[in-house]
Amino acid sequence: MSLRIVVCVKYVPDATGDRHFAEDLTVDRDDVDGLLSELDEYAVEQALQIKEAADGDAEITVLTVGPEDANDALRKALSMGADKGVHVEDDDLHGTDALGTSLVLAKAVEKTGYDLVVCGMASTDGTMGVLPALLAERLGVPQVTQLSEVSVDGGVVKGRRDGDTATEHLEASLPAVVSVTDQSGEARYPSFKGIMAAKKKPVESLDLDDLDIEADEVGLEGAWTKVEEAAERPARTAGTIVKDEGEGGKQLAEFLAGQKFI
Amino acid sequence: MAEVLVYVDHVDGAVRKPTLELLTLARRIGEPVAVHLGPGADTAAATLAEHGAVKVLTADAPEFADYLVAPKVDALQAAYEAVSPAAVLLPSSTEGKEIGARLAVRIGSGIITDAVDLEAGDEGPVATQSVFAASYTTKSRITKGTPVITVKPNSAAPEAAPAAGTVEQLTVTVADASKGTKVVSRTPRESTGRPDLTEAAIVVSGGRGVNGAENFPVIEALADSLGAAVGASRAAVDAGWYPHTNQVGQTGKSVSPQLYIAAGISGAIQHRAGMQTSKTIVAINKDAEAPIFDLVDYGVVGDLFEVVPALTDEVKARKG
Ligand SMILES: Cc1cc2nc3c(=O)[nH]c(=O)nc-3n(C[C@H](O)[C@H](O)[C@H](O)COP(=O)(O)OP(=O)(O)OC[C@H]3O[C@@H](n4cnc5c(N)ncnc54)[C@H](O)[C@@H]3O)c2cc1C
Ligand SMILES: Cc1cc2nc3c(=O)[nH]c(=O)nc-3n(C[C@H](O)[C@H](O)[C@H](O)COP(=O)(O)OP(=O)(O)OC[C@H]3O[C@@H](n4cnc5c(N)ncnc54)[C@H](O)[C@@H]3O)c2cc1C
Repeated sequence: MSLRIVVCVKYVPDATGDRHFAEDLTVDRDDVDGLLSELDEYAVEQALQIKEAADGDAEITVLTVGPEDANDALRKALSMGADKGVHVEDDDLHGTDALGTSLVLAKAVEKTGYDLVVCGMASTDGTMGVLPALLAERLGVPQVTQLSEVSVDGGVVKGRRDGDTATEHLEASLPAVVSVTDQSGEARYPSFKGIMAAKKKPVESLDLDDLDIEADEVGLEGAWTKVEEAAERPARTAGTIVKDEGEGGKQLAEFLAGQKFI
Repeated sequence: MAEVLVYVDHVDGAVRKPTLELLTLARRIGEPVAVHLGPGADTAAATLAEHGAVKVLTADAPEFADYLVAPKVDALQAAYEAVSPAAVLLPSSTEGKEIGARLAVRIGSGIITDAVDLEAGDEGPVATQSVFAASYTTKSRITKGTPVITVKPNSAAPEAAPAAGTVEQLTVTVADASKGTKVVSRTPRESTGRPDLTEAAIVVSGGRGVNGAENFPVIEALADSLGAAVGASRAAVDAGWYPHTNQVGQTGKSVSPQLYIAAGISGAIQHRAGMQTSKTIVAINKDAEAPIFDLVDYGVVGDLFEVVPALTDEVKARKG
């Protein structure tokens, strides 16, 4: 039985660009280039390694919920080696929050069919880090999250979670939802061959109707949360900068003493 | 007055500081009811009462340690059903966020994570978040269900506010479905004796400029002179010079101390994401063009191997 792996990948505004909010207080996606959230590359990488460890007896579907451009994120993941894509796209999705996203992902994962769902540890825009847990709760399957090591063998997923106070080794039977950290191993670069092959790989497009989701369950109107204000942080007033000419340490101590840190 | 559930983060009953901050914030929107899971409730109760908990709901079960996250969600849900609170507050740790998320699905509520401030509003609590690597400040609220909000450490100064803190046993049944992820082994992290990175009032971090594990004692010596925690950039962590648990940034710890000192760190956006809300920022870097200087209150352009030891000596001398 071939292992069915679904990797959730998010299309996000480039963190090194000048990110903004639009007038309706959602993320302004026109203003900055988007890309596959870098932390999701680690998820794709681990899925590929799990497939390799299964001697290729697995199928990797990459799934995204996002606007038309989010197709770029799928293409990147396909060029790394994933087999096919699913793109959930619908105008009514604009402004969906975490609860809503997890609803859409859960329905799409169920429709696609899965044994293992792999997510990144957090997106690089919302950075909530809760989606894998939300998804596991909705699907009613184990969550094996924030893993720095992951392996699948005989229908069991094992992983290592480096928490705040301890390192834990975890184990769960499939089906399950896992998330992997950027400590799980460098993500591969797509090869030229991979990029060419990705152009021919199938991407299925789904809308809310296909997933039996009503428009008012998602989007800005259906959101469980509301952003009421978004203000750009005022630029810091220029600090004092000194060049060390032998007295730098002393001068810094003087500053710290003035601020009552010493 | 409405009750507010506060999830207690503790180690065998030793309550961690972020929980005391949560109790302080909870008092702005109602009466704090603490939920203490695992051993040590008797020890914890006194501290929780001192900081405003009118009640301490407690439960202990082996499942809390034997399985990941979900059994604790069962317990928090039982507390939620017992109290019908106006809001549920949790610390913004990995576990706090995951527990909050699953509870939110179960009770049909929205969730806000990483709040840095909280106030009462006409339509429920309003949370302040610092987003896009702290380049924006937002105010949000939850529109459906009972607000579930996770709050970052150092978001409020814990205030004493003695309350009854009556301990009540909570009846919890851990569902079979919550025993899906077994914790096969657990190795507690060894304590360095230094303050916890996320809670520390002062953090001293080293980056690629420290140039080797053998040089990190230079950073540690400064930290120790100030009673500070030690942080590191991802470049220093990836090179194997310092443990990942000390990484500051987007994929490491997010810190918000009174004072942050960055030595040999350039100030990449992912590093800034984890430290930009620090109250006072100081950098030592030999490159005058390093982006970190755009953030600083005080910067020294110079060799960290000259400046840091000189500063350490000066701190020690002044402290006597
Ligand atoms: C700055 C900012 C702050 C926000 N704050 C909140 C908030 O407090 N509450 C709230 O409800 N919503 C919030 N949102 C909205 C939220 O980010 C989106 O709803 C998002 O789709 C889910 O959260 P996340 O991206 O933070 O997920 P995370 O939990 O950080 O992402 C973890 C993983 O989930 C998967 N994933 C996440 N989104 C998708 C997707 N669209 N398609 C495929 N896979 C995905 C990826 O594998 C990813 O690595 C915020 C958004 C922004 C930009
Ligand atoms: C998805 C993703 C997540 C990431 N998460 C994180 C994260 O959580 N935390 C993080 O830190 N980074 C993170 N990064 C990496 C980040 O982009 C940078 O690569 C990293 O922060 C650089 O570390 P650095 O400043 O120590 O090194 P560099 O950028 O190489 O800077 C070293 C600095 O040291 C100075 N220097 C050298 N020698 C001396 C000397 N003798 N005295 C004084 N100064 C000296 C140099 O002038 C230079 O400015 C992430 C990247 C990605 C893509």
